[in-house]
Amino acid sequence: MGSLELRNIRKSFGAQEVLKGIDLQVKDGEFVIFVGPSGCGKSTLLRSIAGLEDVTTGTVLINGHDVTVTPPAKRGIAMVFQTYALYPHLSVRENMALGLRQAGTPAAEIDVRVAKATDMLSLEPYLKRRPAELSGGQRQRVAIGRALVREPALFLFDEPLSNLDAALRVQTRVEIARLHRQLAATMIYVTHDQVEAMTLADRIVVLNSGVIEQIGSPMELYNRPANLFVAGFIGSPQMNFIEAARVGEAGATIGIRPEHLSVSPTEGRFRGKVIHAEHLGADTNLYLETETAGLITVRLFGEHRYAPDDIVYATPEVVKIHRFDENGRTIAS
Amino acid sequence: MSKARHSTLRTSLVHLALITYTLVALFPVFLTIINSFKSKQAIFGQPLRLPGPSTFSLIGYETVLKQGDFVTYFQNSTIVTVVSIFLVLLFGAMAAFALAEYRFRGNTLMGLYLAIGIMIPIRLGTVALLQGMVAMGLVNTLTALVLVYTAQGLPLAIFILSEFMRTVSDDLKNAGRIDGLSEYAIFFRLALPLVRPAMATVAVFTMIPIWNDLWFPLILAPSESTKTVTLGAQLFIGQFVTNWNAVLAALSLAIFPVLVLYVIFSRQLIRGITSGAVK
Repeated sequence: MGSLELRNIRKSFGAQEVLKGIDLQVKDGEFVIFVGPSGCGKSTLLRSIAGLEDVTTGTVLINGHDVTVTPPAKRGIAMVFQTYALYPHLSVRENMALGLRQAGTPAAEIDVRVAKATDMLSLEPYLKRRPAELSGGQRQRVAIGRALVREPALFLFDEPLSNLDAALRVQTRVEIARLHRQLAATMIYVTHDQVEAMTLADRIVVLNSGVIEQIGSPMELYNRPANLFVAGFIGSPQMNFIEAARVGEAGATIGIRPEHLSVSPTEGRFRGKVIHAEHLGADTNLYLETETAGLITVRLFGEHRYAPDDIVYATPEVVKIHRFDENGRTIAS
Repeated sequence: MSKARHSTLRTSLVHLALITYTLVALFPVFLTIINSFKSKQAIFGQPLRLPGPSTFSLIGYETVLKQGDFVTYFQNSTIVTVVSIFLVLLFGAMAAFALAEYRFRGNTLMGLYLAIGIMIPIRLGTVALLQGMVAMGLVNTLTALVLVYTAQGLPLAIFILSEFMRTVSDDLKNAGRIDGLSEYAIFFRLALPLVRPAMATVAVFTMIPIWNDLWFPLILAPSESTKTVTLGAQLFIGQFVTNWNAVLAALSLAIFPVLVLYVIFSRQLIRGITSGAVK
């Protein structure tokens, strides 16, 4: 099916270096997600894999073949775009068939493949419609269908859910996960949404200003972040960072996830005042102004009756404290 | 909907302004057409009166159709206009696509160079153009006119179209690349249909000055077989006597082809606006 290898990929736009030496190996059938803040180079990296962007130096290998200078259509990839990018003047069927027709696939084969994709995505009723007559969710399904019919070695997704509303986003996320299991295809997915990354990925690649900060499974990143950046990026609400010296701990900085703090009205380690409380039903988020640790966030499960100006005590679970040195790297414990 | 936006006073003022403008713009056309159906005495006697039973005359049209070869003139004007519009749109859109789509050294400079023609009247170069055409043996050919008009129309076309080309979604073009479309196919099949409204606008702006031009036909192609309508109509304007019937009739006839082209383009314009694009 499809494997991918990136060797020392660098990309500059003029004097600005956007990708600063990316090395990555993706195994056959893996679902790999690139996450990072905007401008970290994740989209550029995906476009370099697709061949839409020429890399400045480095090698891209798909299935072991060097495709660094191969045009996009011949790389054996398919891509789903954030804006769907359907051809506005073609019907849904034509949208899906165009790529195969360009490649000179026999008509009978095209019909079989389009029928298969249509079936998988329940697009049957819309085949004769134009994109303008479809809703956002339907258009995204057509865009995925267009990728499916190519039967590519690699599926590339460029923030495919960001234009959908919240409910549809969850639904499409599940659909993509199901497709991945069904096809056992290799997928590379770019998003800035860490929830998508955590829920879909086999492995997550965290990028920051053109370098890979860490590669790992969602739980590895959550439990053992390599540095401050990854620790802060993965998990929501964000991890609390506290200057170690202020609270008498070892290392330069300690990190405590909001869900690893417990709260008591009578006693505990950090005394603080509630400045804001968010009641979400399943969770309650408290923002505390503490005397020793500064502003910290606490995530409690279930409903709790705390209101602003209450005085409470927060206590971290000692084994779940992350420690970082002065360069922001995790100190192995 | 707020009341203020629907106040009758405001609406009627807007309409009054628009109607006034329409009347002012249409009045010369109206005058030309009514007078073309009158006898010579009536034209000078009551220039503003509609043709009546006593003043109605087709003498102007008869003269035009008998004297001079007006069918050829019309044909020449049409060929020159249509071919020039086609070339302006084709090359203009191609240049605009390249400027908007590809990053290359000197992109901005090239864009400025191509647009600067808007500010320089092409007629300043008439002498050089004539010398060039003589050297190439193109004097008294329609090719000479087409070349000059294409050059004249390109700067504005590139300027307008490159703005519109920038609005064509990058994702759409990239989807085309992944589906194996060549850059030409992406241009013709994806980008062009999406900028159709802009193309129609450019076509109209390009068409009118070409159709109405007297200068270049007079200088570059005044021979009988290459005369355009506007030049042909000058036949009836003499130094001492002017056959006004014939001049007005020729001008009235000249309005129609350009009107037909305009209708074609404006329909494209509306269809372009109403067709759904990316999102």
